[in-house]
This record gives sequence, structure tokens and C-alpha cells, in this order.
Amino acid sequence: MNPVRTAEQAGVMECPQCSAIHPRRRGGSACDRCGAALHLRKPDSLRRTWAFLLAAMALYLPANILPIMTTGTLLGSQTNTILSGVVYLWQDGSYFVAAVVFCASIVIPIFKLAVLLMLVITVQVRSIWRPVERTRLYGMVEAVGRWSMVDVFVVALLASLVRLDALATVRPEPGAIAFGAVVVLTMLASMSFDPRLIWDPLDAHDKQA
Amino acid sequence: MSNYSDPRADTSLKLCEHCDAVFRRIRLDPGERAYCPRCGTELYRNNDRRYGALLPVVLASLIVFICCNAFPIVTMEIQGVSTRTTVWGAVRVLALEDMLSVSTLVFVTTMLMPLVELGLLAYLLVPLWLGRIPAGFGPVVRLIRLGRPWGMIEVFMLGIVASLVKLSAMATVIPGVALWAFGALTVLLAVVVSFDPADLWEHAEAIEAGYPPAAQERP
Repeated sequence: MNPVRTAEQAGVMECPQCSAIHPRRRGGSACDRCGAALHLRKPDSLRRTWAFLLAAMALYLPANILPIMTTGTLLGSQTNTILSGVVYLWQDGSYFVAAVVFCASIVIPIFKLAVLLMLVITVQVRSIWRPVERTRLYGMVEAVGRWSMVDVFVVALLASLVRLDALATVRPEPGAIAFGAVVVLTMLASMSFDPRLIWDPLDAHDKQA
Repeated sequence: MSNYSDPRADTSLKLCEHCDAVFRRIRLDPGERAYCPRCGTELYRNNDRRYGALLPVVLASLIVFICCNAFPIVTMEIQGVSTRTTVWGAVRVLALEDMLSVSTLVFVTTMLMPLVELGLLAYLLVPLWLGRIPAGFGPVVRLIRLGRPWGMIEVFMLGIVASLVKLSAMATVIPGVALWAFGALTVLLAVVVSFDPADLWEHAEAIEAGYPPAAQERP
């Protein structure tokens, strides 16, 4: 089922920065082409991913419960959380933008946290379950992570734009800090995760067989 | 400065960055991509065509980037009172509102990182175009790759659209020059980021070896 040669069998490693091929014993030294540090796997991958992931999960609740902005007009003021902002857009009739913001701000963060948690756990127990699908999920987490920043940008723009003192104001609220932190932390978590760890138990398994 | 060309770096193999499988590189036609048969990850692509367009696109992006930041994104009017904002205005207001962390985040992702990426690419591409290899080539390529995930112009563009929709309910909104500039920059940067800076090594080594990149043939 698995006819591909792995880097270990071939006795090679690749510079992560310039793609030069080196013998595996060079691990730990510097690439003589571009000077980058050569590692067989991203250093401390699991520990770093766990740390960023746990920090992101801890901030996830405040990010969703705390208000991200307060809109004040002559008619009164309204405080919005991430979710109520989406509801507001929907009720306003802006279905498309509401759907886009819902995906970026609610679906993607949950998806990222869930997938990363599943990945670190399955790698931790050296699971050989569905490596292709898990690798693909990791690729998706990497690709979509940045889009969660949309709401932070919306708060920034509205706060600086709507400053008509008596008529209307938009004030950023602490939820924006927590939410921005969740986005940054989940990005760092997915960057520090090494998807090759998904395949390592499989290759070891094949070697025994 | 020739530590990387002598002995010439071995790039006859390609390792999958997701599953560590080893493949022998084959020469692709322009626009073609190679995928890992084991896990489906893209391994490499032929970027020769893009490389030719890269310097003009980077320079155009720099000019458009200046427009994005010099002009207001949008002007808003309620009952004769109008306000407008620029990216810098948004960064400044957040800082004034005791949101220094969010302010920094917006500044880094929409102003600093896009500018750093474009500036460093121009720093590499102009000398390469003239047939020279700029000082600090290796570290600069690494820096561009490191900073790339943090440049978020296209996400910011979506944020502008969402903001406009929210505002249009309560006020008259007049799009500014920077709004169109951001639209253009999103497209230009899509071209820029489809090029992996690591591929510049091939072009640098081709220059060192004394023949133009286009003529380079892989074994």
C-alpha cells in the first residue's frame, strides 16, 4: 500500500528554507546554502503546539462572551459580541456579509481549535488512523487561519470612522483583544505543528512489518 | 559570498514537507505543479513564468501600497457631518482607546508586514535582474518566508467590505481612493505570494554559474 520512500530510508533531509538536500546526520547544524537551522522535525513541535493551543482555548471563552464593540447613536447604545454582530448583520438583511463573517469569526476558530486538538492528541498517542485525511485537515487549518482576523479589522475601521461625537460613536471593547489573541495563538499553534509527526508512527509500523 | 554555490547545493530530490516522502525532481512545464502521491500536498511548481513578471508586480504593488495608505478608505456622512479614515487613522484610534495590543496587531498585519515583504522582495529582485546577488541573500529570503503569514491585506479588504455594509445602515458612505487601491493590491499580492521566495535560490545560482535562469535545465 505504501511504496513511497521516506527521507529516513533515503538518508536525506531537506533545508526547510531553501530546499537544499543534506545527509540526515547534518540535523542540528546550519544549511551551508542559506544558513537556516537544519532540523529533522520542527523543534519541540508537540510541546509548542500544546502550549499555543491551550492558551488559545483559554482565551476562546472571553473572546466570545466579552463585547467587542459598543455602538452609540442618538437612539441609544448597543454592545455587540462576535456572535451578536453577526446576528445584527443578518437581521439587517446583509445575508451574504453575515454569512462570510459568521464563517470567518465563528466557524473557522472552532474548526481550528478542534482540528489542532485532534491532531496533537492523535500524534501524542502515535495513532496510525487516516493519515491522509489528517494531513489534509492540517493543510486546511494552515490556509484558513488568517481569515478570522476580519472582525478585528471591522472593529478597528468602525472605531476610527464613527466618531461624530454627539451623533454616533463606536468604541472598541476588551473582547477584541481576546479575539485577536485567539487568532494569533491558533496561527502560532498551527505553525509550530509538524505534520510529518502524523506519518512517523506509520513509517515505523511499516519498518516492523 | 559563494558559500552556497561551491559545492552546488543538491536539489535533485524533493521531500514532501507534510509526510517526509522523497521524490526525484522532474522538470515541469511553466504553470505545472507536482503533488505528493502519498498525502496530496503540493511539492513544487514551475514558476519561471511568474518569476519574469515578479519584479514589475512587486514595484506596482509598492506604488499601490502607498496609495492605500495615503488616501482615505471611506468617507461617512450623517446629517451633514462627515468623517473619513485611513489605515493609520484606525491604528491611531485603537491606540488612543487603550487598545494598544489590537492597534499593534492591525499595524503589523496591514501595514508593516506587507511593506516588509514588498521591500525585501524588491531588494532581492532588482540586483538579480541586474545580474548580481545582493548581500544577505539567504537571511533575506528566510525573513520574507517568516513574515509572509502575517501580512493580511486580503483579509483587511474583507474587513473593509463588512464595515461598509454595517455603516450603510446608519449613514451615507462614500468610497475613497484607498478602497479601490486595496482592491488592486489584493490582486497584485495574490500574484506575489504565489511565488515561493525559496525559488529565488535557483535564479541566484544560475546567475553565479553565468547563465540566464530561463536557460537552466534540470537533469
